Amino acid sequence: MTLAVCSCQKLFVPALEQLEQAYIAAMDDDAFHSEFNALLKDYAGRPTPLTLCRNLTEGTKTKIYLKREDLLHGGAHKTNQVLGQALLTKRMGKTRVIAETGAGQHGVATALACALLGLEARIYMGAKDIDRQQPNVFRMKLMGAEVIPVTSGSGTLKDAVNEAMRDWASTYEESHYLLGTAAGPHPFPTIVRDFQKMIGEESKQQILAAEGKLPDMVLACVGGGSNAIGMFNDFIKEEAVKLVGVEPGGKGLDSGLHGAALAVIDKGIDSTGILHGAYTHIMQNPDGQIEESYSISAGLDYPAVGPQHAHLKAIGRADYVAINDDEALDAFQVLAKKEGIIPAVESSHALAYALKLAKESPEKEQVLLVNLSGRGDKDLAHVHAVLSEQNKQNTESK
Amino acid sequence: MSRYDQMFQRLKTENAGAFIPFVTIGDPSLDRSYAIIRQLILSGADALELGLPFSDPIADGPTIQQANIRALESDVTTQDCLDVIARIRQEFPDTPIGLLLYSNLIMAKGLPTFYQDCANSGVDSVLVADVPVRESQPFRNAAKQAGIEPVFIVPPHVTDETLRAVASYSRGYTYLLSRAGVTGAETKANMPPEVMINKLLEYRAAPPVLGFGISSPTQVEQAISAGASGAISGSAIVNIIEQNLHDQNSLLEKLGKFVTEMKAATVRN
Repeated sequence: MTLAVCSCQKLFVPALEQLEQAYIAAMDDDAFHSEFNALLKDYAGRPTPLTLCRNLTEGTKTKIYLKREDLLHGGAHKTNQVLGQALLTKRMGKTRVIAETGAGQHGVATALACALLGLEARIYMGAKDIDRQQPNVFRMKLMGAEVIPVTSGSGTLKDAVNEAMRDWASTYEESHYLLGTAAGPHPFPTIVRDFQKMIGEESKQQILAAEGKLPDMVLACVGGGSNAIGMFNDFIKEEAVKLVGVEPGGKGLDSGLHGAALAVIDKGIDSTGILHGAYTHIMQNPDGQIEESYSISAGLDYPAVGPQHAHLKAIGRADYVAINDDEALDAFQVLAKKEGIIPAVESSHALAYALKLAKESPEKEQVLLVNLSGRGDKDLAHVHAVLSEQNKQNTESK
Repeated sequence: MSRYDQMFQRLKTENAGAFIPFVTIGDPSLDRSYAIIRQLILSGADALELGLPFSDPIADGPTIQQANIRALESDVTTQDCLDVIARIRQEFPDTPIGLLLYSNLIMAKGLPTFYQDCANSGVDSVLVADVPVRESQPFRNAAKQAGIEPVFIVPPHVTDETLRAVASYSRGYTYLLSRAGVTGAETKANMPPEVMINKLLEYRAAPPVLGFGISSPTQVEQAISAGASGAISGSAIVNIIEQNLHDQNSLLEKLGKFVTEMKAATVRN
C-alpha cells in the first residue's frame, strides 16, 4: 500500500463504484460541463475576484493577494463542488442527499444546491458544532434541509462523518453521500478536487494579469483539504511556486490540542493510518484509536487529512505548517481592520501564516497568494465571545 | 483441520447449524467481559465473534458503537483484549474464536506483528470490517503468514465478480449479510437469502453464516432452514449487556438464557 491509495468501506463499495462510473461519464459529457459552468457563473458568481491587499503588509515588501472565495454564493468555496456533486446525484437518478458538516459551510452549500435542484437534504452535524455555528444551522433549515445533531464521540466533524456513512450504508439506493471535503474513500478526493480546481486555474490567470508572473507562494488552510487542493492543483506543475498548507495548531502542537495531522510529521510523529476509507495521515494513539482533534475553527477540526495532501507532503511538493488559535484570531481581526474584509476563521489560518512570513522578512520582495476560502459572518458570535473572554481576563490580570 | 472445520463437521453429525454470539471485548470492563465471554460458551455458543473496541466503528449501529465506547472508557488496549482471548483459549481449546475489527487497529501495530499477536493468543479468524475484498491482499497475506483465517463479508447487492472473490478468499466461514446497512437489532433482517447461499455453495465458499439484525430464535431457525451453516447475533446480545450494566449476576443469567434459546433454534427438524 502506498500513500494516497484509498481503501474503501466494503458495505458501500457498490455505491462508490456507481459514483465513479457516473463521474467518469459526466466528465466526458459536454452537456454536464455546460450545466455545471452555467450554475457556477450565473448562480454562484464565478469567477471570484483576486484582491491585492492595500494596507495589510505596510512596512514590508510583501504583496498579498486574496482569492475571494468568500464572495461566492453561500459564503465559501464549498458551493463549487456541491453544485457538481448535486448534478451527479441527479444523473444517478437519486432523490436524497446526505451530508456531514463541521463549520456548517458545507451544510449550507448542500442545502442551497438541494433547494435549487429539488433534492431532499439530510445534514449531520456535531452537537458541539451546532452550538458554535448557530447562524449556519438556521440558514440550512431556511433552505429546507433537515439538520441532525450528532452527540456520539466528540460531537464534531469526525462523528458527523461516521453518522453520515452509517445512513448511507443502508440508503445508498436512493441517497447520494455528498462528502464535503477532499477526503474519504475513492472517488471522493478526485471528484472534490476536480470540482474545486477552478479556484487555482482562475487565480493563476488573474495573478498573471496583475503581476505578469506567477506568485512565489500559494497558501491555503487545510482541514480535510478541499479548498487547498482546489487552489494548489493548477500550480503543482509550476515548480518555482511554493505550496503551503496551513493546518489548525489549536493551542499549540505540543499541547496535543490541535488538528494538524501533517505538520506534526516534522516533529517526528509518524501518523499514517486508515480513517473513513482513506489511507492517509491521522491523529491517533499507539493502538490506532483515533484522537479527537481540536481547533477554534469548526471547519478545520478533523483528525485526518485528504490523501492528496498526504501525497504532496510525502513527495516534498507542498509544505504543511500549523497556525494556532490566537494567531488565527489576530489575522481575523487585522484583515477586518486594515482591509474591510471579515474572513472565515478557517481562512484566517492561511492568512496568518502569510502575515508571519511578511513580518519575518520585511525587506524580502515576495508575492503571496492566499486562498480566502470563506467569509467570517458565521464566526461572529463565537469570535465575539472568545475576544470578550480574553479582554475580561486581561483586565482582571492588570 | 482448523477449529472451524472441526466445528462444522461436528454440527453436521448433530444435524444443526452454528450459533455464534458477538460481543465487544472490554465491554463494560475487562474482567466483566471475560466472565461474559465464558458464559456465552458455557451456555452453548459454538464459536465466538469478538469485537476489538475502536473509536470510530462506522460499520456498526448505535448499540455496538456504545459497547465500543464503554470498552474504550475503561482504557482497554489491543493487547488487553488479546490477553482476554488467551485466557479463554486456555479453558476452551476447541471453540473457534473470530475477531471483528477495523483496519486502523492493524495498521497501528503493523500487519505481520498484529496477525502474529492474534495467532499467539489463540485467535482463529480475523474479519476487517472496513476493508473490501478488492483492497484486501496485504491483509490476506499477513493472515496467511501467521496462520490466521481471513473472513470476508458478502455485501447485499453484490456483483458476481465480488461474490466469486469473497468465495475464494474467505476462510473458516463466509459472513453473509442479511440486509444493507450497519449492525443492529433495530432493523429486522430480511429473510430468506437462499439464492446467495446456493451461489456460495456453488463457488465452494467456506460455510455461509448469516449475520446483521438476527435477534430471535425464529430468525435463527429461518437462517438455518434457508441453508446457512450458522447465525451470528451481535446487537441483541450487546443490548442485554447494556440493560444489565448495574448487575453482573443478572446480566450473566439473562445472557445464558438467551444463548441457550438461540442455540436450540439451530437444530434442524
